[in-house]
Amino acid sequence: MNSVSTPSKLYSGNFTYISSSPFLYFLPPLMGLLILWQSDDVSLIVVLLDVNPFFWASSAASVGDSTSPHHPTAILSFSKLLNHVIPFLNSLLLLNQLNQVVLVATGVNSCSYIYDSGDSEGESAGSVPAVCSEILRRLEEFVDKDRLLGKGPDKVVAAGVSSLLSGSLSLALCYIQRVFRSKARHPQPRILCLQSSPDGPEQYVAVMNSIFSAQRSMVPIDSCVMGVQHSAFLQQASYITGGVYLKPQHLDGLFQYLSAVFATDLQSRSFLQLPKPAGVDFRASCFCHKKTIDMGYVCSVCLSIFCKHHKKCSTCGSEFSQAPSDPNATPDRKRKTSEV
Amino acid sequence: MSSSVALQRRFDLAAMGDEATRIRKRGGDEEDDEEEEDDERGMEAWERAYADERSWENLQEDESGLLRPIDTKTLVHAQYRRRLLQKSAASAASRIQKGLIRYLYLVIDLSRAASETDYRPSRMVAVAKCAEVFIREFFDQNPLSHVGLVTIKDGISHRLTEIGGSPESQIKALMGKLECSGDASLQNALELIHGYLSQIPSYGHREVLILYSALNTCDPGDIMETIKKCKKAKIRCSVIGLSAEIFICKHVCEETGGSYTVALDESHFKELLLEHAPPPPAIAEYAAANLIKMGFPQRGAEGVIAICSCHKDVKIGGGYTCPRCKARVCELPTECRICGLTLVSSPHLARSYHHLFPVTPFNEVSSVPFKLSQKLAQTCFGCQQSLVSIGTKFAPHVSCLKCNQRFCLDCDIYIHESLHNCPGCESQRATA
Repeated sequence: MNSVSTPSKLYSGNFTYISSSPFLYFLPPLMGLLILWQSDDVSLIVVLLDVNPFFWASSAASVGDSTSPHHPTAILSFSKLLNHVIPFLNSLLLLNQLNQVVLVATGVNSCSYIYDSGDSEGESAGSVPAVCSEILRRLEEFVDKDRLLGKGPDKVVAAGVSSLLSGSLSLALCYIQRVFRSKARHPQPRILCLQSSPDGPEQYVAVMNSIFSAQRSMVPIDSCVMGVQHSAFLQQASYITGGVYLKPQHLDGLFQYLSAVFATDLQSRSFLQLPKPAGVDFRASCFCHKKTIDMGYVCSVCLSIFCKHHKKCSTCGSEFSQAPSDPNATPDRKRKTSEV
Repeated sequence: MSSSVALQRRFDLAAMGDEATRIRKRGGDEEDDEEEEDDERGMEAWERAYADERSWENLQEDESGLLRPIDTKTLVHAQYRRRLLQKSAASAASRIQKGLIRYLYLVIDLSRAASETDYRPSRMVAVAKCAEVFIREFFDQNPLSHVGLVTIKDGISHRLTEIGGSPESQIKALMGKLECSGDASLQNALELIHGYLSQIPSYGHREVLILYSALNTCDPGDIMETIKKCKKAKIRCSVIGLSAEIFICKHVCEETGGSYTVALDESHFKELLLEHAPPPPAIAEYAAANLIKMGFPQRGAEGVIAICSCHKDVKIGGGYTCPRCKARVCELPTECRICGLTLVSSPHLARSYHHLFPVTPFNEVSSVPFKLSQKLAQTCFGCQQSLVSIGTKFAPHVSCLKCNQRFCLDCDIYIHESLHNCPGCESQRATA
């Protein structure tokens, strides 16, 4: 279950932002033209940024003692995270002048579009400081709104609370469908999830629905998990849709991970050795207790999963005829019948 | 005006008929394996424009007899709304019980009638093309189900493929065997399938879907007896006809609880066929509900070397470990060779959950004057497209009953047909 440490090994030297970007400015002008004609490496990147105050507050607290043994990786405050993410978004825009970046915030109580590089028009729109301040302003608004929504009658105060990943995935997919509809030559879309909070089991069905829809429309879901645990949802999402799943070991170098792994367009990915998944958690969560199980009972009518044997299915209401003394319980007999 | 159109249309059809006969002659001389490709090469550009685009179908006459292009977008949306409302009404009437574990035999009529060219380039090719789409869609919607192929030819039926879970092998087998001759026999096909379907586990739903080109059936015995037998074995038979309604087909379907439809043209045929892809409502006495014990193995890390129990061979990377006996298998879904546990991955099961928790149909919002609704969002919640049309009115759009978010028509279709999530409801913390 350990995440692959290839990128950190490859780029373990001292590193500054500037070291990776100057070559972009020295691109011969002709090259830019060439890129214009060959639009198969133009990308649309929908970035889903997890803005979970509960997680970031707890991680900010542990920044103080960076030697804390419990959180070896979660030593990054939210403002530091933005220091990594916003330059990354800018670098995506600089990689190809036709690239489009959409930023969606995943909150605890809501999800919202924050920034769309295709929307902004005018002279100063594309400039780096303008993009920066725009993103920060909208994010601040969003966080305030999200907090207010949480102050309703039913307050969520649990520390391990999850973000609404299913909501932001659905938004991203709707947006991508719009791009598919808009013109015949659209940029190649992909989704990048920057996730930090743990999975919410209650979102299981919705997240899976989004994953299958992304798979059908050939949209890869990349995921970069910055939390303490691996995310089973995102492992499955990336595995099923053919994206990259990465859990960086040293969050100080997040920009480096992002630019080395997630910046390349889909065309170029075939030439790269991207991190391979270290196993995918395919366990299901049962409908009765939302527990993650590796063996369980499945209703033959509606395929609901239960961790124990029930007399009646709680989802579809069908009554089960026999006790589960099905062939599987007696392995010897089963093997014989399968060989006959 | 309209008479000249009719004339023009007749001319088009005549031209197409000539074309068809010419292709048939050429197809007979050469190899007719790749009939379609021959087609493309043999046609002039102007001919192709008629054959491919069928441009006259995009026109309709209005009340004064003038020709107007069909407004496809609103038409498609209206069509989809009708389907959606039908579906939700049906599911509201009965409890959500669907036969999700299906064992379906797809019967393809390859009798003489399948070589008719009223479907382009021939019925057989049209059926095969649609069958391929259907098989893929079927496995997408029913991941734990099984499909087998049976063909009817020369008065006998023949099982092309065993019932199985892999779409690729089925499609390959079908494409390799496309030749038609002789008579069709409904009874032989049903008898054959009855024999095979009696072996499957009790919780599975037995189904037959017959794509019938012929207008007759040439049977060795009393087909009524066979129908009774199928009814007793709880096999649900459905037929899609390609020519005209036939009494015996209707009788089979009525007796066994299936549906009988006759296609008007190729697109209609495809539509009818794909209606069979979502799981049908379960009929309680047809399959006993049961709890099946299943294991959810984890995928091993890439680059790990292990011996798999299915091929008894050393495999590098991938592979799944049975949670009960820790044996290694290569593919899911399967049955563990060692302990017999049914192994599935949770995504396989999750693929069909949208049948259980469908998104409720959205409300159509009539175009409210812009001023009245200034407070409302002016963009689609899903894709941020502007909902304001050129004037001061909202373009037709829909809103979700639960979260009151507003969506454009395109998102409406996408959400209900593919995504199966309401983005608005998902972006809210559920009030438990």
